[in-house]
Amino acid sequence: MDFELSPEQAAIQKTARAFADEVVAPQAAGSDLRSEFPIEVVRQMGRLGFFGLPFPEAIGGVGAGFLAYLLALEEVSRADAAVGITLEAAVSLGIAPLATFGTPDQQSRLLPDLLAGRALWAFGLTEPEAGSDAGGTRTRAARDGDAWVINGEKSFITNAGTELSRGVTLTARTGEPGAGGPPRISALLVERGTSGYEVGPPYRKLGWHASDTRPLVFHDCRVPASNLLGAEGGGFRQFLSVLEGGRVAIAALSVGVAQACLDAALGHARERRQFGRPIARFQMVQAKLADMATQIELARLMVWRAGALIEAGRPAGRFAAMAKLHASEVATACANQAVQIHGGAGFIEDLPVARLYRDVKINEIGEGTSEVQRLVIASHLLGHGGSVTALLEEGPPAR
Amino acid sequence: MNVVVCVKQIPDPGGAGRLDPTTLALVRDGVEVVLDPGDEVGVEAALQIAEATGGEVTVVSMGPERGIDAIRKALAMGAHRAVLVSDPRLAGSDALATSRVLAAAIGRTGCELVVAGTESTDGYTGTVPSAIAELLDWPALTFATAITVEGPVVRIQRQTEVGHDIVEAPLPVVVTVTGGANEPRYPSLRGIMAARSKPVARPSLEELGIDPATVGGEGAQQRVLAATPAAERAAGEIVADDGGGARRIVDYLATLKVI
Ligand SMILES: Cc1cc2nc3c(=O)[nH]c(=O)nc-3n(C[C@H](O)[C@H](O)[C@H](O)COP(=O)(O)OP(=O)(O)OC[C@H]3O[C@@H](n4cnc5c(N)ncnc54)[C@H](O)[C@@H]3O)c2cc1C
Repeated sequence: MDFELSPEQAAIQKTARAFADEVVAPQAAGSDLRSEFPIEVVRQMGRLGFFGLPFPEAIGGVGAGFLAYLLALEEVSRADAAVGITLEAAVSLGIAPLATFGTPDQQSRLLPDLLAGRALWAFGLTEPEAGSDAGGTRTRAARDGDAWVINGEKSFITNAGTELSRGVTLTARTGEPGAGGPPRISALLVERGTSGYEVGPPYRKLGWHASDTRPLVFHDCRVPASNLLGAEGGGFRQFLSVLEGGRVAIAALSVGVAQACLDAALGHARERRQFGRPIARFQMVQAKLADMATQIELARLMVWRAGALIEAGRPAGRFAAMAKLHASEVATACANQAVQIHGGAGFIEDLPVARLYRDVKINEIGEGTSEVQRLVIASHLLGHGGSVTALLEEGPPAR
Repeated sequence: MNVVVCVKQIPDPGGAGRLDPTTLALVRDGVEVVLDPGDEVGVEAALQIAEATGGEVTVVSMGPERGIDAIRKALAMGAHRAVLVSDPRLAGSDALATSRVLAAAIGRTGCELVVAGTESTDGYTGTVPSAIAELLDWPALTFATAITVEGPVVRIQRQTEVGHDIVEAPLPVVVTVTGGANEPRYPSLRGIMAARSKPVARPSLEELGIDPATVGGEGAQQRVLAATPAAERAAGEIVADDGGGARRIVDYLATLKVI
């Protein structure tokens, strides 16, 4: 076993680190304060190739692999989690489904701009009545001649309304449940500007202020039949596979934030003096730092492990869920301790730790809550292959 | 126009450099190494000239095999090919021997414009580019803060105390660039992947026509006799403003002859 990065992975990590320190970090506090989407940073990331990292060269990607993407995502998120989620949602939720299921025609129409970061594509799964229970989608798409007519509402959609936002892949019912079966859910590509496609105002959020999150409303929104992404009725399985990569990516983002917490806490512990010595000399502070570092190391290894499976095209379900669950909870714990180590200064917005604390909680919620990750893991353990629905409906197998 | 840029891999200047107590040479093993930041400026300058004139950039470096990382970075920034002269017999070479090797490698590229940093951030002799120019019998334009190429003429700006000189020379020419001459680009991530398959030539000393007796520790004509630690930088003086603060700062700056 070998935990060494390849020369290219190491070079990508180094470049992402330099870019994160020199370009992403300096704007983080200001963009957060003004709730301003850092469009120039996103464009620059696009020109450097961040959005194409995991995708094969054959479709216009950088061909660096999924692990290289995770490494870059960790670095960017360490500097600014809001930029991290912008990249993550664009790549794992926006581009990945198109790259995996798109027809050559769909790909050639959209991918060049998306891979270059000239445009962002969103993913609309969550609805007012369907969150963790994503199969509960109410949005409907009805076939009308050569078109689909979409009606419904999506909530909390990342990258939905920026200047660069070009459209969304949404999930919708395209058929009613057969006898006892689940409804047919399909994925559809909807371009912004299509009549009946309404982008709502941004939510006011606890954190991720510089990331764009909005509701989308569809009212008799007609898209050509050719905008169906993947197989009709295949939507459910497709978004599960998308979420697998997305979960590991959120885990990498979490590790980045956790690392930022540790770095900030270390710096402060060395400098802040009380009782005539740096607080880093107190064992209670040392134990916090040691625990943070240990948990971050473990979380990062879980990310790499799950990422390596995905890169190899092997089943990663339970490892992806475990990495997401653990890394997001570790990040929240690290932010909590980082604020604690900063004392009162940690509660004041002049230092980055307060922002880290606000930005971190969402990692335990987005792309599957911690509870859902536990359900997925339990489903694997109990012989339901990772299906939450099967676990909930059938319960643990009788012994 | 095709351009050569000389680069060197050095111990990370951000780290604490250490001297080997017996050889008095900088310890290069087991430390973080980087492409010399001064050379990144050289690579950027070379790329800009090549892009403006529709040419290609060849990176030339002498050093141990792991110097390939620095070369890869230059290739990832956009350079097209590289020459790495790496031979155990070169270990301990002085600046003149290094210049001989680089000049020979440059001569084989057929390029007429060589860009280099003014000095390396580790050795600081600042002599290699001029020595290369001398060995090639080309003019050298040094300390450039800006470079333009017009037909067969290369023109540079060089900062002076009161403004800048404009200096020009006909091709072929060696140009050295100062640290602030430009803002080196980030290697693009696509560039990092592409760098894998860009050609890196590794000519032997024999192919370069270098007599092994004239290089390495044995061939060195320069010896480091002693090294002493630099004096600790004195703490700055804090001027408390009691009404005459500005005056005292002006007087102080005047003693430094900066105003
Ligand atoms: C900033 C932000 C950005 C987002 N971006 C996107 C996006 O781009 N695209 C998108 O589609 N969605 C997005 N989301 C939505 C996100 O994925 C959902 O919020 C998340 O999946 C949880 O769904 P919910 O909010 O409906 O919570 P609910 O499902 O209502 O959950 C409420 C609570 O109940 C628990 N719970 C639910 N079911 C169970 C169960 N069976 N067993 C135990 N506990 C359970 C949950 O774990 C949670 O604690 C975003 C959300 C936010 C806040």
